[in-house]
Amino acid sequence: MANRINREQVKHVAELAKLEFTDDQLDALTPQLDDIIGLFESLSEVDTDNVEPTTNVTDQINVMREDVADNWGQSAALLKNAPDAARGYIKVPTIIDESED
Amino acid sequence: MDYFKQDLASLHADLVAKKMSAKELTQATFENIKATDPKIDAFLHLNEDQALAQADALDQAGITDDQPLAGIPLALKDNLVTKDEPTTAASKILENFTPVYDATVVSKLAAAKMVPVGKTNLDEFAMGGSTENSAFKTTKNAWDQTKVPGGSSGGSAAAVAAGMVPVALGTDTGGSIRQPASFNGIVGMKPTYGRVSRWGLIAFGSSFDAIGPMTRSVKDNAMMLSAIAGHDDHDLTSSDKAVPNFAADLTAATSVKGMRIGLPKEFLADGINDDVKQAILAAADTYRKLGATVDEVSLPHNKYGVAAYYIIASSEASSNLQRFDGIRYGYRAKDVKNLEDVYVKSRSEGFGAEVKRRIMLGTFSLSAGFYDAYFLKAAKVRTVILNDFKAILKDHDFIMGPVAPTPAFNIGAEIADPLTMYMNDILTIPVNLAGLPGLSLPAGFSNGLPVGMQLIGRPFDESTLYKAGYAFEQNTEFHTKVPALGGQN
Repeated sequence: MANRINREQVKHVAELAKLEFTDDQLDALTPQLDDIIGLFESLSEVDTDNVEPTTNVTDQINVMREDVADNWGQSAALLKNAPDAARGYIKVPTIIDESED
Repeated sequence: MDYFKQDLASLHADLVAKKMSAKELTQATFENIKATDPKIDAFLHLNEDQALAQADALDQAGITDDQPLAGIPLALKDNLVTKDEPTTAASKILENFTPVYDATVVSKLAAAKMVPVGKTNLDEFAMGGSTENSAFKTTKNAWDQTKVPGGSSGGSAAAVAAGMVPVALGTDTGGSIRQPASFNGIVGMKPTYGRVSRWGLIAFGSSFDAIGPMTRSVKDNAMMLSAIAGHDDHDLTSSDKAVPNFAADLTAATSVKGMRIGLPKEFLADGINDDVKQAILAAADTYRKLGATVDEVSLPHNKYGVAAYYIIASSEASSNLQRFDGIRYGYRAKDVKNLEDVYVKSRSEGFGAEVKRRIMLGTFSLSAGFYDAYFLKAAKVRTVILNDFKAILKDHDFIMGPVAPTPAFNIGAEIADPLTMYMNDILTIPVNLAGLPGLSLPAGFSNGLPVGMQLIGRPFDESTLYKAGYAFEQNTEFHTKVPALGGQN
């Protein structure tokens, strides 16, 4: 294996992405990502000196509109989608982990 | 009632003449779905009560000649949000999600008085080419239930091909309308980027995502695109270019005479199945007989499309999917002790393997130290590929080629090998990188499975593709073939 990405790097990227993997999953994922990144590296064969990047294929630039609220006043329907809610608020677990104090 | 063989214009004529009511058509649609879908698994959700009530109301009001789509049943890919109807993107993370608004395309078709009957299966968040990445079920190909329907719009494609609905909407980020259309022997259009509003499409790769129609004929497809296209204040990348009445151009006089067509040699290179090659070469001969010129041309950087796409689209996905954090909506992991746990465990339990793989690829490509070598490099290669297309389309009316390297493959055959699965997109992805319109239509068969042809046009020139597709249809029989299980046939 060419080792373009190793297991520790995969764990680091997972942390950035707010994902976690079991050891078995890491064993399977690391070589898969390595293969795919190997394909990515083929791009180095393309001469892109003096080539501008394309991040957007439209010709629309700086489209403006009035900042007007619409379709609002649906808090009850929105809260129905929340995993946990009470008295018009979304409930979450303790934000500050007290065990770390 | 044998509406499976009727096109939209003929269904419309029958509805106006009251040969059948909208309610009868809707009832027949659900009977058909209930008889057929247990074999195909195209639908994730049906809304029979609402659809029948809506059809009934249409009958009461009367369907008039100036409402060409009124009363026609429609299926929607389940990554298009529908007010008060479940929308999951085939992900466990959205299993219990009910949107509070309609996607713009859904509102537009509601205004045209179409009757949505349900939501169709897809690869989770539209990431995949086989519909096997759905968290809920694997859809089967309408022609052979041991084969994949393609993806990610596999549910929409199979539903149309199996005669359950006359039309469906799909979405296409790297081929997800065109490839399942090809695998199921139907017509699928990925419009020019910006032609159709993305408002209400659950975002995957925002600089690629496109919504388009999947239908049994080119003319039906053209009618549908006119109905969903146009500028939308809610999507600032949607174009304000005028939307033609695409179907009006499709008549007995429609011709490709004098057109110049480019056939890239890379589209018929090694790795493309022989039957697929033969179908495209035969289609080129058909176009020549109809008075067009077909030139061999070259897309020299085509082979880099897959790498550039999987870097950019995964990067966009990793950003877009950050919103799924277990807080405001969607799945939240149980037994979580702090906020970090809510994020990490909800996402790790809620997303499937392929979605996580793409988030990882995107996060890696954007991360400190790798951004220039991966994301920025890919964005530059995107420019190079765009320029290759521009050079050909300067003096060619459109480009033709296959949609996919092979016909539909076996369920389970490639799911364990992501890289092989990604390489299947080699002929569709470059079109998304360039933001061009691409039309997939039936052009042959290989061992009883449909083979599709792709027509690629200039930006906002869907009209030429429809004309060329229509001319081909008028001179071939492929689009008239239907699978053996097909609906009421």
